Amino acid sequence: MLKDIFGKKRKYASIPSEQAKKNIPEGLMIKCSHCHDIYYRKELHKQLNVCPTCGYHHRLSAWDRINGLVDEESFVEWDQELVSTNPLGFPDYLEKLEKDRQKTGLNEGVVTGKGSIDGLPMALAVMDAGFRMGSMGSVIGEKIARAIERAREQSIPFIIFTASGGARMQEGVLSLMQMSKTSVALERFSREAGLFISVMTHPTTGGVTASFASLGDYNFAEPGALIGFAGRRIIEQTTREKLPDDFQTAEFLLKHGQLDKVVHRHDLQQLLSTLIAMHQKGGQPS
Amino acid sequence: MKQVLDFEKPIVNLKEKITELKNLTEHSDIDLSEEITTLEKRLAVLEDDIYGNLQPWDRVQMARHQQRPTTLEYIEELFTDFIEFHGDRRFGDDAAIVSGVAYYKGRPVTVIGHQRGRNTKENLKRNFGMPHPEGYRKALRHMKQAEKFNRPIICFIDTKGADPGKESEERGQSEAIARNLMDMAGLTVPIICIVIGEGGSGGALALGVGDKIHMLENSTYSVISPEGAAAILWKDSGLARKAAESMQITSYDLKKLGVIDTIIPEPKGGAHRDVKQQAIYIDQVLEQSIDNLVNKDSHTLLENRWNKYKNIGDFGQI
Ligand SMILES: [Zn+2]
Repeated sequence: MLKDIFGKKRKYASIPSEQAKKNIPEGLMIKCSHCHDIYYRKELHKQLNVCPTCGYHHRLSAWDRINGLVDEESFVEWDQELVSTNPLGFPDYLEKLEKDRQKTGLNEGVVTGKGSIDGLPMALAVMDAGFRMGSMGSVIGEKIARAIERAREQSIPFIIFTASGGARMQEGVLSLMQMSKTSVALERFSREAGLFISVMTHPTTGGVTASFASLGDYNFAEPGALIGFAGRRIIEQTTREKLPDDFQTAEFLLKHGQLDKVVHRHDLQQLLSTLIAMHQKGGQPS
Repeated sequence: MKQVLDFEKPIVNLKEKITELKNLTEHSDIDLSEEITTLEKRLAVLEDDIYGNLQPWDRVQMARHQQRPTTLEYIEELFTDFIEFHGDRRFGDDAAIVSGVAYYKGRPVTVIGHQRGRNTKENLKRNFGMPHPEGYRKALRHMKQAEKFNRPIICFIDTKGADPGKESEERGQSEAIARNLMDMAGLTVPIICIVIGEGGSGGALALGVGDKIHMLENSTYSVISPEGAAAILWKDSGLARKAAESMQITSYDLKKLGVIDTIIPEPKGGAHRDVKQQAIYIDQVLEQSIDNLVNKDSHTLLENRWNKYKNIGDFGQI
């Protein structure tokens, strides 16, 4: 059944091959950190990094996510040239950014662009927790706001996959203001009846959770994903409360009415396709 | 008992000495008026020197000062006929946010603000000014009402942050904050936000999306507390003073970064020295903002609001 969903070859159109190479992991075998079973890296990769034994959803890079999701050759990246500056003059910030650019092949912690699923066009933003832990700085806010604006102008849905460790400390209050910037963009989009679907992946925390991640017309999450506003340790220190084991997991949020649905990674494409089709003008499937 | 901040101690000591000499003059035959005059001159210089050169960490102390005026005191000074309303109609009433209607110079307005306690008992009731989700939802309920009845909204920001707790997470703290950001963006009435103390992260921002953002001179606005920043950046919360500088959280920093519109001056020594004078300073800026905004049609208002936020941030290209 998996083959039916993921059998189609899906490729992005615009990424330079050097970046693509960086996404191929080294080493032939990999051990699931969750159940400790050993797999061929290739096999796990084919499963979009979902462990075949225990179902654990391992981290997926932004480009692997995009390639596994959109129609072949359909993705055109936007604003890839945008990079962070050092507005507060933190001594080692630019070096850290450069290091993560090398490590991930990305210029920042989000890839945005236009692509299609089953021929249905959409604006897409995919965050990558590998870049500065997906922390939100000016570039992430700007790229997401621009993607939302383009979705509005072109009357296409906006889909985001979030992954964020929280604020980009080195950008201070400018990091905080990206929450309002993206939310104001989403309000404009929503006012024109734009469809926005948010898919929260592990981990989605802090300011990202308290802004666009929670503002979808539909809010989904991958199984087991950590999703929260305040950090577990902060809560424990502040309140001295005993927190349940499943605290701030996707399942915990679902139980407390904070999510529409927890969706297995292998089912996301189909769900998005169905939902987008359902929201075509007049509700008619395309 | 008045709280004395470290950097103010030389001033307080000198003041005590002057009082002592004055007492002595009154109750004995010795005439010390010359000495007193000299010391008073020295005091004026010292005050100018200290209050004129406040460092970021000093301002953090000011913003957190126990006697610093809170939302309710400014409401008392600036508005008439304030009526507070309670509850989010979903879960409860959050005392960390006060909300209601009042007149501002004869015009009905909706007033909302974080509310800290002035002592331990009040702080327990008000959760140290850290709202739960129901606080933000109460605020939003009143903002929507303001929109319905075409009243400008005035928000006072003064919080360390949103409540970090198990129940807040369960009830959707993230969603409550996020919803306020988005829905405030679309309200068709003027929104004026004034940071009066601490502007702590998302918990502050959830009352902070508006057409004009002003800050009292000695207030702060930041993505994380200096202590928190120091712990994350240098694994040492003791470096908070350094973090207060690096993170650029004062009104002057925010003006420079293009986040706020106006720095509202404070009386010498801080807002708590003279709340009436502070209210006058706020009043001047508030009146100007309202006059400037009330005649704008809703389309212009929303376009301007978008343009304001669209331009916040700093990035380059490669
Ligand atoms: Zn496994």
